[in-house]
Amino acid sequence: MTSVDFDEVSAEDVSRHFGRRRAVSRMTFRTSRGTILGLLGPNGAGKSTLLAMLATLLRPSSGIIRYGTLGTSAGAALRARIGVLGHDLFLYPELTARENLAFFAGLYGIADTNAHARAALERAGLGARSEDPVSSFSRGMRQRVALERALIHDPRLALLDEPFTGLDDASTGVLVSRLKTLRDSGAIVILATHDLDLAEGLLDHALFLRDGRIVEAMTAPDALRSTYRSVIGR
Amino acid sequence: MLRAIWLIVRKDLTVEVRSRELAYTTLFFAVSCVLVFAFSLVQEGRAAEGVGAGVLWMAIMFAGNLALGRTFERERQSETLRALMLVPASRPAVYLGKLTGIVLLLVLTEAILVPLVALLFESRLLSHPFWLASVVTTGTIGFAAVGTLFAAMLVRARSRDVLLPVLLYPITVPVLIAGVRATVAIAQPEFEVDVVQFWLMMLIAFDVVFITLALWTFEPVMTD
Repeated sequence: MTSVDFDEVSAEDVSRHFGRRRAVSRMTFRTSRGTILGLLGPNGAGKSTLLAMLATLLRPSSGIIRYGTLGTSAGAALRARIGVLGHDLFLYPELTARENLAFFAGLYGIADTNAHARAALERAGLGARSEDPVSSFSRGMRQRVALERALIHDPRLALLDEPFTGLDDASTGVLVSRLKTLRDSGAIVILATHDLDLAEGLLDHALFLRDGRIVEAMTAPDALRSTYRSVIGR
Repeated sequence: MLRAIWLIVRKDLTVEVRSRELAYTTLFFAVSCVLVFAFSLVQEGRAAEGVGAGVLWMAIMFAGNLALGRTFERERQSETLRALMLVPASRPAVYLGKLTGIVLLLVLTEAILVPLVALLFESRLLSHPFWLASVVTTGTIGFAAVGTLFAAMLVRARSRDVLLPVLLYPITVPVLIAGVRATVAIAQPEFEVDVVQFWLMMLIAFDVVFITLALWTFEPVMTD
């Protein structure tokens, strides 16, 4: 498999329909390496659908998504550079945390899968629980394992859907610092969240979505809550 | 590609060894099926000629449908099938990994089912073990090749439990016919190798055609 890389991700006039329902409507934006882009909006605004299209899981009904000069036709090579943390955690409850991470590390072509998995679990603060089945973990612990699964292959593009769900204050702090490290290492991070307090100070750019449309775009956003209230709550 | 297939097969086997859910339900269902037919069709210790072959293949197909539905239900519950679609492994490798896991499970079930059918219906069934193993294995691969594709396609359908057999059984009728005819020929007092070879070639042809079609269509059907 040929290795590919890209410096930016762009969406041009991207729409996605499910039957007659329009989940995403004519969205255009661009984001580049070393930035965190936040997708903010109420339930049903189109955040998860947009993330699924960026992850290559859904095809846009119209419009183009580009990864640098690459399109989605780059297939497996492109997927090797994308990490996704979804609403569902994509973990096998019967397998241990190490087995889950080693399995996905293997599928991403990493050589020493067990060492990688153990290192990732240490980063998540779950080194002592690495041989426990994921079914015995709390929601917050599963979320931490799932985040490591999404990032185990050091992706260029990290797509995170509600990454703070179920995390306690300490774990949230660890995640925020992890995301900043990712950004500083040159990754493109796109995250959908409802947690405006956490997003404030973390995001470099923010897109406010409502009814499948971008209603406001901000760079170096501050006062997210008041902006959210004025553009979404009106 | 081979590494991805191996990883998926090993993962499926590890999950199965931990839960034993599929092995127990598939085996219990298949054995119950054979016993019910035995109570109704075996009179004074004898069954009509060829009945054993039919019972064997009915049990394989019913149990196979159960296993196919359940193995993808597992992937749906934690949305892990989406995770498999996200990894850089080729989509055909994901298909072949899931197919191999299901075939191994069904072959394990058949290792218990075949002697049971031989005991209850056809004492000559095991007289040509090489030919019987070839027929049962190629038939199982053909059935599972179609079933794996359909089960993956239907994983997000609300009525998947109803739709899977509705789609699967009509398309796999050639497997059933060839499997039954070859198994009947194997259990004949005068073994006719030409007849068995003919039906075995039919099964191999079915396997090649449907695995090729499945490898070709798996990527587009799994991308929304």
